[in-house]
Amino acid sequence: MNWLKRARKGIRTWRRKSIPEGLWKKCPSCGEIVYSENLQKNLSVCSNCGNHFRISPDRYLEILFDRGSFEESDPDLSSSDPLKFKDSKKYPGRIKNAQKKTSRKSAVLTGTAELDGNRVALAIMDFSFLGGSMGSVVGEKIARIARKAIEQRIPFLMVSASGGARMQESILSLMQMAKTSAAVNLLEKSKLPFISILTNPTTGGVAASFAFQGDIIIAEPRALIGFAGPRVIKETVGEELPEGFQR
Amino acid sequence: MAVGKKRKLEFESPVYDLEEKIEAGRQRGLEPDSAEMKKLAGRLEELEEKVYSGLSPWEEVQLARHPDRPTALQYIGEIFDEFLEFHGDRYFGDDPAVVGGLASLGGRRVMVVGHEKGRNTRDRLKRNFGMASPEGFRKSLRLMKLAEKFSLPIVSLVDTPGAYPGVGAEERGQSVAIASNLKNLFDISSPIIVVIIGEGGSGGALALAIGDTVLMMEHAVYSVISPEGCAAILYKNKDKAPEAASSLRLTSSDCLELKVIDEVIREKHGAAHRDQHGNAEQIKRVLVRKLSELEGIPGEALLKKRVDKFSRIGIFNG
Ligand SMILES: [Zn+2]
Repeated sequence: MNWLKRARKGIRTWRRKSIPEGLWKKCPSCGEIVYSENLQKNLSVCSNCGNHFRISPDRYLEILFDRGSFEESDPDLSSSDPLKFKDSKKYPGRIKNAQKKTSRKSAVLTGTAELDGNRVALAIMDFSFLGGSMGSVVGEKIARIARKAIEQRIPFLMVSASGGARMQESILSLMQMAKTSAAVNLLEKSKLPFISILTNPTTGGVAASFAFQGDIIIAEPRALIGFAGPRVIKETVGEELPEGFQR
Repeated sequence: MAVGKKRKLEFESPVYDLEEKIEAGRQRGLEPDSAEMKKLAGRLEELEEKVYSGLSPWEEVQLARHPDRPTALQYIGEIFDEFLEFHGDRYFGDDPAVVGGLASLGGRRVMVVGHEKGRNTRDRLKRNFGMASPEGFRKSLRLMKLAEKFSLPIVSLVDTPGAYPGVGAEERGQSVAIASNLKNLFDISSPIIVVIIGEGGSGGALALAIGDTVLMMEHAVYSVISPEGCAAILYKNKDKAPEAASSLRLTSSDCLELKVIDEVIREKHGAAHRDQHGNAEQIKRVLVRKLSELEGIPGEALLKKRVDKFSRIGIFNG
């Protein structure tokens, strides 16, 4: 491994040019260069520092649930532009780009699948879809899948990855925190387990609603978790944040 | 109305100029029911109507944050006959950014909670400008549970720029505190009436804003992010906050149109900071009416309706 480290320090350009794209990946946490195939085998966890690489909802499906057992719910719900939000780039355009990039209509994948033969309701957020931000669609899909869990009397498993509420739907986005909390409340009254998995990052309105309402909350190592983002806190308190803060 | 050390916004000047004229007339010894004074008073009413309507969203934000706008404690003092304040979250401490306690409203016993921004510089510093820490949210939940135990209705007065984004607040679980308010407020079987009295800032506001009726003062604002925060993200420039305020659709009429709130409470004399007592009376009237409507609904039905109410909010395709 020593020569790898040296290569990282010294001859970066050479590495980038001569190694086929995607064969190696750099760990965003420790900087280690890891072989993609090994990373894949290690379930996208860095063998050097234990950091969980950011992975897609499909990859979570693959890792967590029984092969071929997934049945998607509400795949076609998509965002409208209820506020006609004025922005440098139009909101519908942003949505379209995100849809093209992720091949998905919204920032969350929901449905049911089997986990070691047990059917569970699930929702997995996609950070690459506008930062996993929660607007009307994300809130509605999570609320619906939680209700499905209640109807079918199965547990609910949620994988969060989000910077928080979606600004382009303003107050409607804020209200999704209430809507999803109401759904979790019903789940609780039905005495069904809710397992919440926090991945990098889980902050803002998502952290302050369903993500922190689980019966069991599991966080991926080194994931950024908190309410306010580090930049906002730094600006507020005007000082450097403690090492490992919110991780 | 005393003029002088009032802090005024630019667009308010015509109103204050006219008031100065009226004051000058009074000092000249003109009787209030003299023809000239009556004419001036009439003009003042018209002017208030004109100056405080059709405002831009950014002007609405400034009114919502007006330094003389009545705070929760000021309204509590006016609206309720008695108020016994309770403190502390029984874990860490007392957060002065959130207040609450037992109160009576025309013979009814109620629990009142709210964000308190503070009335002067010293008070504002002490109360962290109404930005609550986890202790504040936990105190509010504690008091609302107490209200439920004794079958008391709850009044919540919302006025905050947002939850406090500080190191200590994060360390003591800001997310968990808000999340737990949001989940548990769907369990409190007492009627909850929410009034957004000034700023409804983000998750810190919502943590006190789950209720059976959500009311909003005419010049209050309610938003997922401050216009400044939005401008910093969208335009990388906080000076563009006025534009961001328009984009965010944060005024009371916007919120009514988007079906986020149930009713707008009209402000007297143009805006709340111009008539604390009169506007407290406006709130009181609506509170009494809403309490009568909600009383007698069985707890179970109330909770189901509350869940349905918030489950309906959102606009999307499909
Ligand atoms: Zn690593």
